[in-house]
Amino acid sequence: MESKDYLKDISEIKDLMNKSSRFISLSGLSGILAGIYALIGAAIAYWLVVEYSSGTLVLNGKIFRLVMLDLFLIAFLSVVTGIILTTRKAKKNGANMWDSSSRRLVVNFLIPLIAGGIYILIILGQQKYGQTGALMLLFYGLALVNASKYSIGDIRYLGFIQIILGLICAWIPGYGFWLWVLGFGVMHIVYGTWMYFKYDIKK
Amino acid sequence: MSIITNINKVFDHRIRLGIMSILMVNEYADFNMLKELLGATDGNLASHTKALEKAAYIKVEKQFIGRKPNTRYSTTKLGEAEFKKHINALEKLINKQ
Repeated sequence: MESKDYLKDISEIKDLMNKSSRFISLSGLSGILAGIYALIGAAIAYWLVVEYSSGTLVLNGKIFRLVMLDLFLIAFLSVVTGIILTTRKAKKNGANMWDSSSRRLVVNFLIPLIAGGIYILIILGQQKYGQTGALMLLFYGLALVNASKYSIGDIRYLGFIQIILGLICAWIPGYGFWLWVLGFGVMHIVYGTWMYFKYDIKK
Repeated sequence: MSIITNINKVFDHRIRLGIMSILMVNEYADFNMLKELLGATDGNLASHTKALEKAAYIKVEKQFIGRKPNTRYSTTKLGEAEFKKHINALEKLINKQ
């Protein structure tokens, strides 16, 4: 009977160590939705460019601005969906949405992302457009790997995949669009589905 | 019998084990964070942190954030070593059965 108590002690210790240092209420469903938004956004961008810009994208043209708006809307929608679904899941788990573990997660996720974002803006200002797509994938991947220490560890693998896609994209920039579709669209859906079945369904 | 001696009486309580577990993986934690995670009352938590402080297993820092007093806890080297010994002893006890 005593050993049962000790076993309970150990599992409680592990649980507390996890709960106090990692924010694990990330919603898998929000990953799926972010992927779907990305695919829809990509389809719109593709249609805009093929239909109205004869397949090439002229910088600072009207179509270019529409594509940028499309990109921004997708990113915005994904973040909002993520926050809403994660708050819901955190509430269900009885966890606090904005505690030290989620703060740490957000800060560590944003460090590579903001550094990368500023870097991309700087080189865009210097008229170097070719590597933008690769850099976004790369920095997003680094941000995920960095954040994984403070959340579900599996995010790390999604980060590695984005980094690899980013490197491929740097190597063959001509396929940038399709690598984006793969990275931001398909991979989010695959990963979100995996997380959904691994963590959300069980409970 | 030698294993039994490694079971540390100071840790022989759910809340104290909890405090140590949280402090082992965090640089520090404040009173409210411990309270939330452990679901303990103020008085209960205070008495257990005091016991751990008395054994020199945790360090207590009192400071002000703005005007609010804030108490921060972190482990000492001794506390970390003793906690690891305690965990090893627990694991050995479990494996023995």
